[in-house]
Amino acid sequence: MKKAINLSVNGVSHSDEVEPRMLLVHYLRDVLGLTGSHVGCETSLCGACTVLLDGQAVKSCTVFAVQADGAAITTIEGLAHNGELHPVQEGFWEKHGLQCGYCTPGMIVAAAQLLDRNASPSREEICHGLEGNLCRCTGYQHIIEAVEYAAKKAGA
Amino acid sequence: MTNNYVGQRVKRTEDPRLIKGLAHYVDDITLPGTLHVSFVRSIYAHAKINGIETEAAQTVPGVVAVYTGQDIAGKIGPVPCASALPELKVPDHRALAQDKVYFVGHPIAAVVATDRYAARDAIDLIMVDYEELPVVTDVEQAAAGGPVIHEAFGSNIAYKMTSGEGDIDAAFAAADRTVKQRMLHRRLAPIAMEPRGVLARYFPGEEELTLWSSTQIPHLMRTQVALMIGIPENKLRVITPEVGGGFGSKLNVYGEEALISWISMQLGKPVKWIETRRENIQATIHGRGQVGDIEVAFKNDGTLLGLRYSVFADLGAYHQLLTPAIPTLTGLMLSGAYKIPAIQMNITGCFTNKMATDAYRGAGRPEATYVVERALDLVAAELKVDPTEVRRKNFPASNEFPFHTATGLDYDSGDYETALNKAQEIAGYAKLREEQKKARDEGRLVGIGVSTYVEICALGPSQAMPAGGWESATVRIEPTGKVTVLTGASPHGQGQETSFAQIVADELGVGINDVTVIHGDTGVVQYGIGTFGSRATAVGGTAVLVAVQKLKEKAHKIASHMLQSDATRVSFEGGKYALQKAAAAAVTGTSDPVVPVGEAPAGALPEPQTEGKTSLSIQDIALAAHLAKELPPDTEPGLSATYFFEPKNFTFPFGTHIAVVEVDRETGDIKFLRYVAVDDCGRVINPMLVDGQVHGGIVQSIGQALYEEVVYDEQGQLLTGTLMDYAVPRAKHIPQFELDRTETPSPVNPLGVKGVGEAGTIGATPAIVNAVVDALAPFGVKHLDMPIKPENVWRIINGH
Repeated sequence: MKKAINLSVNGVSHSDEVEPRMLLVHYLRDVLGLTGSHVGCETSLCGACTVLLDGQAVKSCTVFAVQADGAAITTIEGLAHNGELHPVQEGFWEKHGLQCGYCTPGMIVAAAQLLDRNASPSREEICHGLEGNLCRCTGYQHIIEAVEYAAKKAGA
Repeated sequence: MTNNYVGQRVKRTEDPRLIKGLAHYVDDITLPGTLHVSFVRSIYAHAKINGIETEAAQTVPGVVAVYTGQDIAGKIGPVPCASALPELKVPDHRALAQDKVYFVGHPIAAVVATDRYAARDAIDLIMVDYEELPVVTDVEQAAAGGPVIHEAFGSNIAYKMTSGEGDIDAAFAAADRTVKQRMLHRRLAPIAMEPRGVLARYFPGEEELTLWSSTQIPHLMRTQVALMIGIPENKLRVITPEVGGGFGSKLNVYGEEALISWISMQLGKPVKWIETRRENIQATIHGRGQVGDIEVAFKNDGTLLGLRYSVFADLGAYHQLLTPAIPTLTGLMLSGAYKIPAIQMNITGCFTNKMATDAYRGAGRPEATYVVERALDLVAAELKVDPTEVRRKNFPASNEFPFHTATGLDYDSGDYETALNKAQEIAGYAKLREEQKKARDEGRLVGIGVSTYVEICALGPSQAMPAGGWESATVRIEPTGKVTVLTGASPHGQGQETSFAQIVADELGVGINDVTVIHGDTGVVQYGIGTFGSRATAVGGTAVLVAVQKLKEKAHKIASHMLQSDATRVSFEGGKYALQKAAAAAVTGTSDPVVPVGEAPAGALPEPQTEGKTSLSIQDIALAAHLAKELPPDTEPGLSATYFFEPKNFTFPFGTHIAVVEVDRETGDIKFLRYVAVDDCGRVINPMLVDGQVHGGIVQSIGQALYEEVVYDEQGQLLTGTLMDYAVPRAKHIPQFELDRTETPSPVNPLGVKGVGEAGTIGATPAIVNAVVDALAPFGVKHLDMPIKPENVWRIINGH
């Protein structure tokens, strides 16, 4: 039995009927075609699917689409404004915070939320804030530097 | 002034699409009417299949078809193994289990449905009648005559091999002392963040198949899948869109790739399968998996005389593409960075009821470096000297290259002592040892670990490779002056879209944004080998360099003709061909495209104006070459060159890693205090990319040394089947890396590059373990097996 949902994704309103068991990540990817959020583990351990739900970073592979009814979602595709990169996106580019890029959208969204909460985090606070996101390529050091860059840039 | 991109920290051209979430991995590609596949996989490690009941599954709404092993018998050829070792036993390995299953995760049936939820629902309704058989998971038990997995072979031994040079018995007879240690290399899961994925679309009218696959080897896959499913190779197009990491796990041809292709041909529809993480840990290849005894013979002054490594290699139930070959790479690298007159490697490769092992970042070489670097520490402990002293004593000097090893290799170039000196200097080694002493006096457990590694890269000469070791490139300049590079390498995160563009932009004197590097599409790119074995830049980059140089030879000829001059009087600089007497006056700097974007003429392209000119840009030449109105006699129109580069030797990067750790007495937890790495990967194209490769490799080493292990129980059940149980390092687990380099160019290729993709996973693991062992030396610890978990450490400290 499908259920109607109304939600805003990256500032655009959507109304759809979805199966109650449909995962938010599949709604975003398969229904809306926003394929930037990736599925890496289906168990909320890798963070590749991280999106903002009413400003909170969530693993969209373990949220049902129906749970997002009435919510405002921001995905990686919605972070840049008017063609201008979000400071975290810029930091990842400047500091080589990505290699294969698969974890990157979730990592960037998680880092964006981290900076929303703490504008000038220490290295330890960055590592703690990104604990829910796995990267297998970069060894994290450039990711940490990317977040430091973004913090500095946003604070400048 | 010419460009100077090579050697610079150039930001990656591939990043914008990735950081905006606009890149396309396999699962991001949606074709109308795509069907989805879900697999029934064995829940037992060894069982006979007495029957498979699929009817209930077929009634699930949305289910289109169900296939079992019987359906593909005689239709899909065996999963390929490219190793050709003498007397190798090769089991018949099919995309779906035939009458038996041999490991947990072995695919038994494929359900095809209109959406992934329906496919997933249906697999629960398939009943498999299993008859359990005895299981063997321990490699030594398997070798010693445990339950035989493939009955036709009579035993579980897939091959035995002895390699090495020099008189090993004489070396041990002549030794003042020897050390011997058993060492374990646990199975590791590569865990590319993007699991495997396959999308196949058959075009019945054209009788063509397009296969999108997350792979490191699109062309080799095309050849193999074409053979497996019987489609002409020139009717199969393999596309690797964005690939979310490989680390060797996608240097393979899996049954699923052929099966999904075949299903698409059966149903005439696009068919997609995206691996789940559980499937990824069950049924994507594992790495490492060796149990071995290392013995070293040496003199009282520390001179090494001989080294013997006898190993049981845990191959798993089947061979994947390179399974049996991986342990042989270990044998190649047992000389490490040292002069060792006699070396012997004895391999017993064994079948076990587990997933196949194969290439995981480093692929056989980390095992060699680990046992050698651990053994050198045992030698130092035996002689009661600093570990660096034994190493220094046995290095070949920088003027002894090419250096022949008793493993049969000729190391290209090296300066091991300089790298060690530099690392010691950065670390403040002498002071660190003093601080360690002080810390010990205070009861703190601080350890310093050193590894002076050498590795083998740029795989490789074709003689040493199963399917060619060359790489290909095409460089062409389009009529509008834009440069297109087609590389047979297949980067998946390494950044060669940028580093190859750096090489080409410098050679042509054009802006880097005018160069586009295309890879991973067999319909567009000439045949290539792929990206693995730290080969893409050394072999693929060289192919690019030579191709662009060939292109310039032709451009030079056309330019001379257009400038009405003898070729010897025309020179090329800053993107322009100029008459020599006018060279100084020629406009220098970067050449711009002839037709600026957005200002394309409506009809014919503008003809280059040569009248009265003393110089022409390479892009003027490209346009003239395509208009073909003013070419020298016997000159083909167009401006394009292709080159297939065959390397004469491997390359041998090296370096020194120093880890400093502190062990928590209360918890056994291990914390990094410092991590210094001095790597020498030859000439560096882009230092930022090199740093990234080193960081990533070291963190995979941290995982291997301290956290990661694929665990099967005695019944062959996989106990580490999710990322909850299989511990991949997270941001909080890493130290602040202190990196530096020395630069010893390789004489093997004109770029002088060696390769750096695997240095971290090769050099770092022993440095970390050596540091932890050193920290625990006060407890009499001489060796610890990986992963060194806090529990093990705590037991040592507390005498349990």
